[in-house]
Amino acid sequence: MNACPKHIGEYMHEYLDGDISREHEIELKAHLQSCDNCRQHMQELNSTIAFVKSAAVVSVPLDFKQNVMIRLPKGRSGAGVQRWLRRHPIFVAAAMFCILMSASLLTGFNDNKEFSVTKQPNLVVEGQTVIVPEGKTVTGDIVVKNGDILVKGSVDGNITVINGQYMASTANVTGQIDEINQAFEWLWYKIKNGGKEILSFLGKNE
Amino acid sequence: MDALINKRIKQVLKGDQSAYSDIVSLYQQKLYQVCYRMLGNRHEAEDIAQEAFVRAYINLHTFDLNRKFSTWLYRIATNLCIDRIRKKKPDYYLDAQVAGTDGLDMYSQISSSDRLPEEEVERMELQERIQYEISQLPDKYRTVIVLKYIEELPLQEISEILDMPLGTVKTRIHRGREALRKQLGNL
Repeated sequence: MNACPKHIGEYMHEYLDGDISREHEIELKAHLQSCDNCRQHMQELNSTIAFVKSAAVVSVPLDFKQNVMIRLPKGRSGAGVQRWLRRHPIFVAAAMFCILMSASLLTGFNDNKEFSVTKQPNLVVEGQTVIVPEGKTVTGDIVVKNGDILVKGSVDGNITVINGQYMASTANVTGQIDEINQAFEWLWYKIKNGGKEILSFLGKNE
Repeated sequence: MDALINKRIKQVLKGDQSAYSDIVSLYQQKLYQVCYRMLGNRHEAEDIAQEAFVRAYINLHTFDLNRKFSTWLYRIATNLCIDRIRKKKPDYYLDAQVAGTDGLDMYSQISSSDRLPEEEVERMELQERIQYEISQLPDKYRTVIVLKYIEELPLQEISEILDMPLGTVKTRIHRGREALRKQLGNL
């Protein structure tokens, strides 16, 4: 086939790939009729393909699937979580925000070691202890930071104790009593208060 | 079929590992076949085909459900096969052209020097001979020939599996056919 035009060889492969154009096919067929070498070459290619295609199907071992399942990593891989995070970037942003916010709130928790109490009439302060004297009534909320509260009389409102103890004998408190001693609770209290503020803010707007 | 596969994939992604066994059932024959023809050894073929399924499972979350799953699986499997073949080969640069030859590279040198004596080849059973001749092909031709003539995949899909342009796939198939023809001589 040395003397034959080079493109004839290309046409043969175009033909075998099944994407030969009509003109090329006519030219190829005409050439093959007149050229023994190329005809033989074409035949060899055809029988090569037939040879490869006669490869028998090799059946897969019976326990193949079982072995694949054994080799799979156990349990739910991190893939699920990763995928979820990738699809919900807002949650990642929100989580980052919460972490940073809680960091600043926690710092606030540690920094405030000073004793403080909400000013209300009738309250008696003895050292680190706030006392609601017997027979007296305090109207309004009381917040005690870094100190204890001893209620002997009655309170018409909420009591919140941060880093301290709530003590009462026969106390009469109309509101809620919260003791906050740990960082987490402190955080929760902040969040809850934030929520309440938002709610009351929304309530006013309505 | 694609709808069923996508359903199973979603189940697996939700954590239902057992749904994966249906996927394995559907493709195990094809994948094993490709690996066997690429590697020429049942034991290795089983190992690599299983590895391909495991890799597909681990990376399932990266699979784009709008694409064809079999294409993706074939791609993982052929890459693993090619890696395995290259690891077995000696360490010189196989693509380097050999001086004084026209377009022949080290692949052709190796296959010609590794070839068994002609009488021995002729004594082989047909199936043994087919596998032998495929294994004599340089791996870049072997891959396309196996995908085209054993798996009977369209050229377009082969180009997606191997992530190479259609033109390159065609060129490799043409050269692969010619290389096989020469190997077979006058069959």
